[in-house]
Amino acid sequence: MSAANLKEASMTDRRSFIARALAGASTLFLTGCYDLSEKRWFTHFLGKVEDLTRTAQHLFAGPHTLAPEYTKADIAPVFRANGTLDPGTPEYQKHVANNFQDWRVTVSGLVDHPLSLSMADIRALPARTQITRHDCVEGWSCIGEWTGAPLALILAAAKPRPEARYVVFYCADPMTVEGDPEHFYYESLELSEAAHPQTILAYQMNGADLAVAHGAPVRIRAERQLGYKQPKYVERIVLVDDLKSIEGGKGGYWEDQGYTWYGGI
Amino acid sequence: MTVQTAKPLLQVPEGVRTALGLTPSGPHYFFYRHKTLVRAAHWINAVCLAVLLMSGLNIFNAHPALYWGNGSNFDHPAVMLGALANNAGDVAQGVTMIGNHQFNTTGVLGASKVDGQLTSRGFPSWATLPGPNWLAMARQWHFAFAWLLVFNALVFVIYGVWSRHFARDLAPTVKDLAHLPREIADHARLRFPHGEGARRYNALQKLAYCFVIFLLGPLIVLTGLTMSPTLDAAFPVLPWLFGGRQTARTIHFICAFSFFGFFLVHIAMVMLSGSWNNLRSMITGWYAICGQRGEHERGEPEGGEHD
Repeated sequence: MSAANLKEASMTDRRSFIARALAGASTLFLTGCYDLSEKRWFTHFLGKVEDLTRTAQHLFAGPHTLAPEYTKADIAPVFRANGTLDPGTPEYQKHVANNFQDWRVTVSGLVDHPLSLSMADIRALPARTQITRHDCVEGWSCIGEWTGAPLALILAAAKPRPEARYVVFYCADPMTVEGDPEHFYYESLELSEAAHPQTILAYQMNGADLAVAHGAPVRIRAERQLGYKQPKYVERIVLVDDLKSIEGGKGGYWEDQGYTWYGGI
Repeated sequence: MTVQTAKPLLQVPEGVRTALGLTPSGPHYFFYRHKTLVRAAHWINAVCLAVLLMSGLNIFNAHPALYWGNGSNFDHPAVMLGALANNAGDVAQGVTMIGNHQFNTTGVLGASKVDGQLTSRGFPSWATLPGPNWLAMARQWHFAFAWLLVFNALVFVIYGVWSRHFARDLAPTVKDLAHLPREIADHARLRFPHGEGARRYNALQKLAYCFVIFLLGPLIVLTGLTMSPTLDAAFPVLPWLFGGRQTARTIHFICAFSFFGFFLVHIAMVMLSGSWNNLRSMITGWYAICGQRGEHERGEPEGGEHD
């Protein structure tokens, strides 16, 4: 072996050593981070960060600032439907068959005046139409036009009690949780976010009745929140003072799967 | 940067130090190059950027495509990572699309191995934090270290202005700019100052650090904040400024890779201009200068010092 070859070989050795050392360091780092992700104290710390983010965003956004609204020209030609595309249960199919004439949205829990609203009742309320941007937690956005009844009007009619802090939405789409099919999508918002002027119980999208894939007959639009905070197929609205006793205790289907309850970022 | 009495942290015998390449073999003295706060901020920043980049790639994998504008035009992404399946329905090829151009990036982008099996995923598991696609967890890591990055940057900027570190050490002077062509030529030949010239940042360093600290840093934070629907309500100027949320997301991504590019060049320069000396000075503050103390104390050596 010539001297040049030897040098070449030692260079290659050194390079592969450096590459292996880097790969090893990266693996060690990643394994460490993965282990941390499953440690109780670390997830507790991440929960504190979520509180910090929520507090900071509340400070800047306040209860009344409006999400940007767009023009008809900005409306997406194809608005992606995500999550449940069709609840598919026999009960839901019956509602589809009779055009949701018997669909009711109830308001109960910590209210003085429980309500049971038909679709006609909801449509009879003063409507708000808004062209807004839907931001999915996955990263994509679509702009669409939504028409519906401001949730603030419905909540006001139900007269929330002073101790009510959260508004929980129970939906008609079944979600399988660990092989148990008896779970349905649910979500929750702070009372102030639920009463935000752009939070509506939407029954129209782009001028037409909501399609099944988009949550027919009614879905929540909460325009300062990510998509998973805006449940579709809403049947029951319940005001509560605490989320811990509901389902997985985290305030929503995706929250119970590890997503943050605060969905403003 | 001030000259202080040399006091290396570890007292390793001179012969061992030289043999290990820890200090130059010729005459030299130690110079206190980086203040404690600058060193602390540097390393906190390094950890933050590593975690942010890797957790960011995990988040990106939830929807591995970038767009221009407010909304996502799914038919015309600016960039998209995807996988192609063979007739049996198995993932066979990873593809990177940039505009209308398509590249085969099997094994790294679009499709890479997970437990020995070629799987459809944007960035490979060795580049993402956590390793498996785990959007909920990656987001929480990302936001935690984004807060840390911003706190660290605020402390650093307040210190930099108050201590005149920015004005004295980072702001390029007219003289620096005049030296620029010569410095570019020297850098290209991998000739770096080791003597008195190494006591201050050269023009290329100043420009690179200013670019990262004052342009890339604020840009990546602001485009990150623009992706928050609540902050877009609080500050509608944000999506307007960047030309839409998806454009902001794309710029955020470009910034992240600009940081990565800076990191690669930075590491290369650190290694080429003296790994141990640079590393020690960023850990302990002390940097070995070739020559006798005060040799060039009066004024800057003409045309830079290269040995």
